[in-house]
Amino acid sequence: MRGITKRFPGVLANDHVDFVLEAGEIHALLGENGAGKTTLMNILYGLYQPDEGEIYVNGRPAAIRSPHDAIQLGIGMVHQHFQLVPTFTVAENIVLGLPSRREPFLESRRQVHQQIAEVSRAYGLAVDPSCLVWQLSVGEQQRVEILKALYRGATVLILDEPTAVLTPQECERLFEILLALVQGGKSVIFISHKLDEVMAISHRVTVLRDGRVVGTARTQDITKQELARMMVGREMRPIEKPPASPAGPVIALQDIWAHDDRGLPALRSVSLEVRAGEILGIAGVDGNGQAELEEVLTGLRRPHRGRYLLAGQDVTHASARELFEAGLAHIPADRNRFGMVADMTLAENSILGLEGKPPFTRFGMLRYREMEQHCSHLIREYDIRAPGPAAFAGTLSGGNAQKLILAREISRRPKALVAAQPTRGLDIGATEYVRRKLLEQRERGCGVLLISTELEEILALSDRIAVIYEGQIVGMVDPACVDIEQLGLMMAGAIKEACELPPRPPADRPTAPGSAGHER
Amino acid sequence: MSDRATFPSAHRPSPAMSVLLKGSPVLAVILALLLGALIIAAVGVSPLAAYQSMIKGAFGSPRALTQAGLRAVPLLLISLGLTLAFRSRIWNIGAEGQLYMGAWVATLFALSFPNLPPALMLPGLLLAGFAGGALWGLVPALLRAYLGANEIVTSLLLNYVAIFWVSYQVRLPMKDPTSFLPQSAVLPAPASLPVLPGTRLHIGVILALLLVPLIAFILWKTPLGYRLRVVGSNPDAARFAGIDVPRHIIIVMVISGGLAGAAGMIEVAGVHHRLIQDISPGYGFTAIVVALLGQLNPFGALLASYFFASLVIGADSMQRVVGLPVALTEVIQALVVLFVLASEAFRRHRSRVVG
Repeated sequence: MRGITKRFPGVLANDHVDFVLEAGEIHALLGENGAGKTTLMNILYGLYQPDEGEIYVNGRPAAIRSPHDAIQLGIGMVHQHFQLVPTFTVAENIVLGLPSRREPFLESRRQVHQQIAEVSRAYGLAVDPSCLVWQLSVGEQQRVEILKALYRGATVLILDEPTAVLTPQECERLFEILLALVQGGKSVIFISHKLDEVMAISHRVTVLRDGRVVGTARTQDITKQELARMMVGREMRPIEKPPASPAGPVIALQDIWAHDDRGLPALRSVSLEVRAGEILGIAGVDGNGQAELEEVLTGLRRPHRGRYLLAGQDVTHASARELFEAGLAHIPADRNRFGMVADMTLAENSILGLEGKPPFTRFGMLRYREMEQHCSHLIREYDIRAPGPAAFAGTLSGGNAQKLILAREISRRPKALVAAQPTRGLDIGATEYVRRKLLEQRERGCGVLLISTELEEILALSDRIAVIYEGQIVGMVDPACVDIEQLGLMMAGAIKEACELPPRPPADRPTAPGSAGHER
Repeated sequence: MSDRATFPSAHRPSPAMSVLLKGSPVLAVILALLLGALIIAAVGVSPLAAYQSMIKGAFGSPRALTQAGLRAVPLLLISLGLTLAFRSRIWNIGAEGQLYMGAWVATLFALSFPNLPPALMLPGLLLAGFAGGALWGLVPALLRAYLGANEIVTSLLLNYVAIFWVSYQVRLPMKDPTSFLPQSAVLPAPASLPVLPGTRLHIGVILALLLVPLIAFILWKTPLGYRLRVVGSNPDAARFAGIDVPRHIIIVMVISGGLAGAAGMIEVAGVHHRLIQDISPGYGFTAIVVALLGQLNPFGALLASYFFASLVIGADSMQRVVGLPVALTEVIQALVVLFVLASEAFRRHRSRVVG
């Protein structure tokens, strides 16, 4: 790809980008969110047309006007969001849209299954072709997507942030598959903003920043620090954390039990306490009750037993709106689904939850000027990269969307803040920003409950860590005296109470973890 | 569907004219009429003469204009309610039934209190019509809000219940004993909507016109409208922000059902002066297209409902003057609808790919 330029209204997404993929390599495309990685690859896959520049495939100029053209040229793409039909089988998904050799009939099932099995075996992509897609795990669905591209004769495979949705184990499986693919003569473009995996898997790496190529290097010739600097444009500062000076409890859960959506027990006798001016981290492997805990805390799910106190007030049966008004702020784990209304403006989004209140409503009428002023203020104050309050929220990149949610939630100066996966999917710059803001809230005297599956984040930010496993708090530890491995074992349910908290005066002592009485 | 209708500015209703002129609906109408011309020519009628009679019939005389205006009133009332509902992504397909129930309750009211003075009779009628439609809309609303039943299915099926209920009423309990037709007795004189001096337009026109800015105001200028738009665009975010989603489903269905019921009342009190079996030629269904064509914008609904009404009046005249078969005039109407909707889809598709 040579001199690729793509403009969107108000943004230069790609600015004369040169990119060369050699046969048989894994080439990482590294950059922060909004750096133009996905745009560049969408151009290569024919989803966008470049405003300038040429594409050459095997040395010959190629006009790629649609994904169909790209597939003809042997280019396959696995999107971040899978494009599968959940109620079809794996095999049906793979042949979907392809002409059959026996038109008007479909291909013989046996033959298709056999062909899929051959490709699967060659690259270690174990998937049962007769399974229905909705029954598969995320990692398996990704393999189906890869198979789909290979079945269409792809020799170049583009993977857009493939690890974002995978567990660490599934990531390793994916890396093995990718290595098998390049050994089989395929080439892979691997879009990512995670340095570790780029270092681990790629042969070469091209770094994009603000739509421009910062540089291309062989991975073995470059260090993680250098890559980080290229990507962010400056050195990362480690987060400094002054010692906590917690006051009284703002959130107290006492023996909380709750079911998940299927009616199975999800929280089992959870008791915990978050004090004003501290960050309590909830560590755990995804799916151990974190989502339900978040929902109970924010009034979106009813516990069927136990008590929930917010700043001393019993809010066990309060609605989301009542909790909001009692001073609870919430940064949801699924920010696009819960935090934003994509086809409303930033100004309108910036007052979500405050819409009936002065100064945004007076005499029963919404006041757009106040809204826009409030939003402009947030945009300035929180360094949100957006065209202005009248832009639609759906046009924001992930990091800026999160900044807007963060800005909206903490500009109310809440007493307590529930932050769930606050930096998931964010690039380095935005991650650092969000973490600083959480610490600022703690300094201000807000009680912060941080739910995160990223241990590094939990360790960096928390004053105390509660480990959740199968819906129980299995331990309460001090981040100063526990290491990642110990914590990892606790998260896997292997050990409990790795390290007692230093003794405190009785009045100040956090509620004893409730797990003791309810061992299985 | 059109819940994603794009607006020049998310919170300010666009100037009325720009709605139909933006994009290519005008071009779409021309293309549809050209295709229609081929069909008309194929049955041996001069397309030029046919369209002349159509345009003359729809716009050629004050009488034609008033007729279209009268036809547009129920379409506008209903499509305004549907605009609110569809914006909240509540798919009320039951406006036809809500219209019938409004018509029935209003008739019941007028026949029960025949001696009320007009000053009480008219507000009473409006209230009765609104209540009839609102209650009929409340049924699918409650089923959806608290049991999660799909309102498309329930509201659609309730149409038939309402239509047959009215059919039963005008054949047996409410039947006019002096007539052989399935219709109620004539309403008492005070229950007849006053007519604007010098025209044949009844005051329902004014009511419908006043509601246009009112609905726009609710949608863009009040916290209620804000919440409805949040519920429509992202119900999860609405729940997260503490908006009571079931309550808003109910509010929206009551308003849209109520407006359909008011349309039914107007057909009874303003046009037929009694309840008849086929009180509506499918206004409740046509209004769905009108609301979508108006891009879920109240001012758009105003233009679209008048456009539709003229199309129907013009087609009638085409049939009378040049003797085109009824079926064919309906084909031409349908072509116009299809082309306009297609141009809308095309425009939106293009803007998404480019943007």
